[in-house]
Amino acid sequence: MATTTPVATRTASATSIGFVARYLAIGAYFGFVLVKAEVLSWYRIQEMFRFHSFHMYGVIGLAVLVAALAIWSVRRYRLRSLGGEPIAFRVFEAGWMRYVFGGVTFGLGWALTGACPGPIAALIGAGLTGFTVVLVAAVLGTWSYGQVRARLPH
Amino acid sequence: MSTILDALRGPWPWYVAGPLIGLTVPLLLSLGKRFGLSSNLRHMCAVVPAARRNAFFAYDWRREGGWNLLVFLGIAVGGFVGGVLLANPEPVVIAESTSRALAEAGLTVDGALAPAALFSWSSLFTLPGFVVMVLGGFLIGFGTRWAAGCTSGHAISGLAELQWPSLLAVVGFFVGGLLATHLVVPLVLGL
Repeated sequence: MATTTPVATRTASATSIGFVARYLAIGAYFGFVLVKAEVLSWYRIQEMFRFHSFHMYGVIGLAVLVAALAIWSVRRYRLRSLGGEPIAFRVFEAGWMRYVFGGVTFGLGWALTGACPGPIAALIGAGLTGFTVVLVAAVLGTWSYGQVRARLPH
Repeated sequence: MSTILDALRGPWPWYVAGPLIGLTVPLLLSLGKRFGLSSNLRHMCAVVPAARRNAFFAYDWRREGGWNLLVFLGIAVGGFVGGVLLANPEPVVIAESTSRALAEAGLTVDGALAPAALFSWSSLFTLPGFVVMVLGGFLIGFGTRWAAGCTSGHAISGLAELQWPSLLAVVGFFVGGLLATHLVVPLVLGL
């Protein structure tokens, strides 16, 4: 497909089949691994927060290690994306309150549902359709944050 | 052939699954994107015209988040392939001590990925199911935007980028998770 696409339109257009296929494929890969790793299991999350198993810590630890090696390489060798653009990293704003208070709030939801945003999608796909309720509630949570954010400490 | 299928059905040990999850980061970097999934909850708000009255949701979601919404949709496809087409036929095995603790709190381990007693459609009309699904989901969405990221954006991308705010957020995730597991879950299961 890519060979027939003119260079000028190769980068962005959200309507091109190649664009859609690439991101769908990466998501599908990630979703498949989430299921096989069982890190989207409510029971596995319970295990983790009770310190009864090393599984979740091992998964997250090695995932961070592989990601860190990739990011270190990008920075060290100034690697560019396949499209030729320089890769920019997001720098989180200074401060601590939003990270601590927001983090604790998110953590409560993570342990209650045994899922975070990625796993919610994978669980719905895996046939646990009740998680669409969790997804709708999470969207409402984000919407509510948008309504009250000016009054919250950041 | 059957061994390949068995391997695909899983479950996979942490030392296989961990690096494969981490690989998502360079896959997205190769397309110039940063791994972080909770932004999708904001994009889903931005899709709704009425929500765009708030400046926080008034942006071009296709341009900012079109790619990420596709990743999100792809995750559901991957979940279908891994959880339905190539589902692990065996029940999910967890630590004996966790099973015992949950049984004491009133929940029987059913071998599914998530307990049907809390996450099935019919359990939505029970008090524990409603609290876990609706309140839990709400806290995820509210907290992740407040913290500017979730498990992918802070715990994986942010820690790998050696960002202090991400470490703070991950410590927060953990404190919240411990509180929910040891105080809220036993309380909710007793409702």
